[in-house]
Amino acid sequence: MELSPDSTILWQWGPVKLNATILYTWIVMAILVIGSWLSTRQLSDQTKLTRRQNLLETLVSYMNNQIRSTSRQEPGRFLPFVGTLFLFIAFSNSLEIVPGFEPPTGSLSTTAALAICVFIAVPFYGILQGGVAGYLKHYIKPSIFMLPFEIIGEFSRTLALAVRLYGNIMSGTIIVGILLSLAPLFFPIVMQVLGLLIGLIQAYIFAVLAMVYIASATSIRSRKDFAQEKAIKGDE
Amino acid sequence: MDNIGLIAMVSIIIAGMTMAIGSIGPALGEARAVAQALSSIAQQPDASGTITRTLFVGLAMIESMAIYCFVVALILVFANPFWKYVITHP
Repeated sequence: MELSPDSTILWQWGPVKLNATILYTWIVMAILVIGSWLSTRQLSDQTKLTRRQNLLETLVSYMNNQIRSTSRQEPGRFLPFVGTLFLFIAFSNSLEIVPGFEPPTGSLSTTAALAICVFIAVPFYGILQGGVAGYLKHYIKPSIFMLPFEIIGEFSRTLALAVRLYGNIMSGTIIVGILLSLAPLFFPIVMQVLGLLIGLIQAYIFAVLAMVYIASATSIRSRKDFAQEKAIKGDE
Repeated sequence: MDNIGLIAMVSIIIAGMTMAIGSIGPALGEARAVAQALSSIAQQPDASGTITRTLFVGLAMIESMAIYCFVVALILVFANPFWKYVITHP
């Protein structure tokens, strides 16, 4: 039994290999890009909307609301990164029901790549918000003794992100495979329905956790801002 | 018993024990989290949206412990590196 679509090699030319993970990632990317290109071609601001524009607007405003309530900041800067993560993972997980399609998130290389993106995005947004010194300062808060734990935490949560997504999706595929050999009539379908639900929840959780990590790095406000905010609230 | 039989026996026994012992903690934790969330929703139905969202995220984080155990058990059964070594170096 194969644990990941990495081992299915479709085409090889010298050291260059095309395995199933890369192919299915490309398929998901193509569906996402072409779908959004088609639906953003004729945008209208009238009361009459096309169905595709309606769908996209619902998705984007839902993600905006979720980001706002998770991070308590304006979602504008975070939406491209977090929204893309959510859409990619949700799409590749839900395409699992197409026969012959193996979700690329069921391979540790894909999930590790996504987790490393989050690992890099956290200092990126943190430095964008508070500068290099302001970002580095939160490692030594409240005292310098927290520094090793903060650094260990950065790495362990990246690993946990990758293994959580991989384990959930891969276990769904494996369980369906095992059930097909034990009770092939009805139970694999039930497990696939459960797998759809788990796939969507895992996509949501990956995006929310990425948002929480980014928000924890960007929510460091200087004391002056805080005093100003307090003064504004006092005036009201 | 030769090495091959020993490695197969230890792998399978440990894979079962990994799942059995490793799912105790997450099961207790998830049960506690769901019970607490239900009583909170019963007390404050207005906050049910926030509670449900936090509950799902928390459940997934608790469940990832069980998933780690599952991954280790699967690796022991289906992709055991020691087993591969013993098979290829008789």
